[in-house]
Amino acid sequence: MSWTGLLHNRRAIAGALIFALFCLVALLAPVVVPYSPTNINFTPLLHPSAKHLLGTTVNGQDILSQLIWGARASLFVGLITGALISLVQLVLGVFAGYVGGVFDTVASAVTNVFLVLPPLPLLIILAAYLRGGSLLELIGVITITGWAWGAKVLRSQAIALRDRPFVQAARITGESRWHIVFAHVVPNMLGIIVSNFFGAALFAVLAEAGLEFIGLGNINDVTWGTMLYWAQEGDAILLGAWVWLLVPGLCLALLGTSLGLLNFAVDEIANPRLRRD
Amino acid sequence: MRYVIRRFRALLITCWVALTVNFALPRLMPGNPVETMFARYQGKVSPSAISAMELDFGLNTKTGELGQYFDYLGHTLTGNLGISFSYFPSHVGTLIGEALPWTLGLVGFATILAFLLGTTLGMVAAWRRGTAGWRRASLVDTVLVPFGLMLGALPSFWIALILLYFIAFKFGWFPIGGGLNPGAGIASWSGFVSLIHHAALPAITLTLISMGLWILLMRNNMLTVLGDDYVKFARAKGLRDHTIAYRYAARNAILPVFSQLALALGIVVGGQVFIEIVFSYPGIGYLLLQAVYNEDYPLMQGIFLIFTITLLVASFLADVLYVFLDPRVRMESAK
Repeated sequence: MSWTGLLHNRRAIAGALIFALFCLVALLAPVVVPYSPTNINFTPLLHPSAKHLLGTTVNGQDILSQLIWGARASLFVGLITGALISLVQLVLGVFAGYVGGVFDTVASAVTNVFLVLPPLPLLIILAAYLRGGSLLELIGVITITGWAWGAKVLRSQAIALRDRPFVQAARITGESRWHIVFAHVVPNMLGIIVSNFFGAALFAVLAEAGLEFIGLGNINDVTWGTMLYWAQEGDAILLGAWVWLLVPGLCLALLGTSLGLLNFAVDEIANPRLRRD
Repeated sequence: MRYVIRRFRALLITCWVALTVNFALPRLMPGNPVETMFARYQGKVSPSAISAMELDFGLNTKTGELGQYFDYLGHTLTGNLGISFSYFPSHVGTLIGEALPWTLGLVGFATILAFLLGTTLGMVAAWRRGTAGWRRASLVDTVLVPFGLMLGALPSFWIALILLYFIAFKFGWFPIGGGLNPGAGIASWSGFVSLIHHAALPAITLTLISMGLWILLMRNNMLTVLGDDYVKFARAKGLRDHTIAYRYAARNAILPVFSQLALALGIVVGGQVFIEIVFSYPGIGYLLLQAVYNEDYPLMQGIFLIFTITLLVASFLADVLYVFLDPRVRMESAK
């Protein structure tokens, strides 16, 4: 695939810009937050004003500060989980598909077992067994539930590449398996791998927020998911505190859309039939 | 027919795998939460129930793991999913049986609606783009693709909360939770109206979040098909656009989309869990949350099993339907 294609794809640019904006906010969070996100000494349930641009929660926290701080958790979970899932897919999908044999048989069997299990209920049950997990534990649980589908797709691609002349030539020159996988197989399916990475990151962001929303994360963390958890617990609906309900989800949706745009655009560039010539 | 039998055999094998995973899951978890639960329930629940549960979870028993496994298989196959702790002394099977129709109705309705709406929109987007000329982007396509992506990125529970707040709470058009008016029977007309009234918002939410996938899948498939030679030939023959779009391209483009139904159902079911939680809808997802909050592990296990089996059966049915839709699958299996 051509990387310059990304610069000419409007969806890729839009996705990358939104994503970069969230990254910037997350990195500068300690500098740009107006107040400490854990400060609970403000008047509760203030409407948006110059002092509190998005108002305050029922517990007397500044919503804007929490929102800015929450970007860190979502990006952290999205990027780390996306990378971990890609790694698992690389080993159990690409490498297994390429080497074949017993390793491939075992890897396929494991993949097929995970494909059978519905991801979200499995996620909830694993998190419930952990009885409320830290961000790292959530990352582990999401990785376990989210890798199977992509691994299957990547495996079939790797098998298709295995017998192509350039890969055979590399094998004849005596290069090691891992070297062939990384130097010849992976670059030729990079489009799918990258697009899978963004897909996995999107899944992770939504899954983390969902688990935290039903109280299966650490409810003392400041994330978009826990903000919605506290909004629900604090009867934001009955109190009419709609800004508190609206903004964390809006950020989740925006970040999710940017990941979706990147996923779609990379797929589009890698697949010439979808491209506008 | 041979294809259907082969798929059925695959269904039985995957069901067995699901049962085995369900058996292994609580035994693999670190820190043994089940033992903690037993300690908590000691004295609150009758000793005979405790020992029955201990058998199910393989605690304080002299039977080996293998023996436990066969006991478990036997129990599950005879419909005995154990006894719930939080709803003691109800059987897990009874609780699930009460909740399942609510969830199936909602998921079934929303999935069909989302499939119809999504594929239609996807078809229109691809067609408009395919005919807009290669240099010019079509407005419909430019708008629909990000729209579809956004729908797929929406947190289901948040959409549910927002609709609940603005439409149910602020405007009062729909009830803010539950599945039926208190005391209403489904058999009567007013009961039926109340049923639809309560299901409307959850169904709209579920349709919204699952529609994006269909839009994008259909659009991409249709674009691929529009590049095929037979479509070009149809155009060269001077057939009307309408005929080419519906009778040539869309019919072929929809088949691979339909085969993704199993994947989509996984997403719909996930969204369903959160939507039921927000709307306090008396289905399986809401029951799962109660089980999680009460650390009711037998109920959680049972619900997970039912989720898995239901999805497996649904994707089996979709596969069977696929045979009737696509003659190539029939031909292949006849070989």
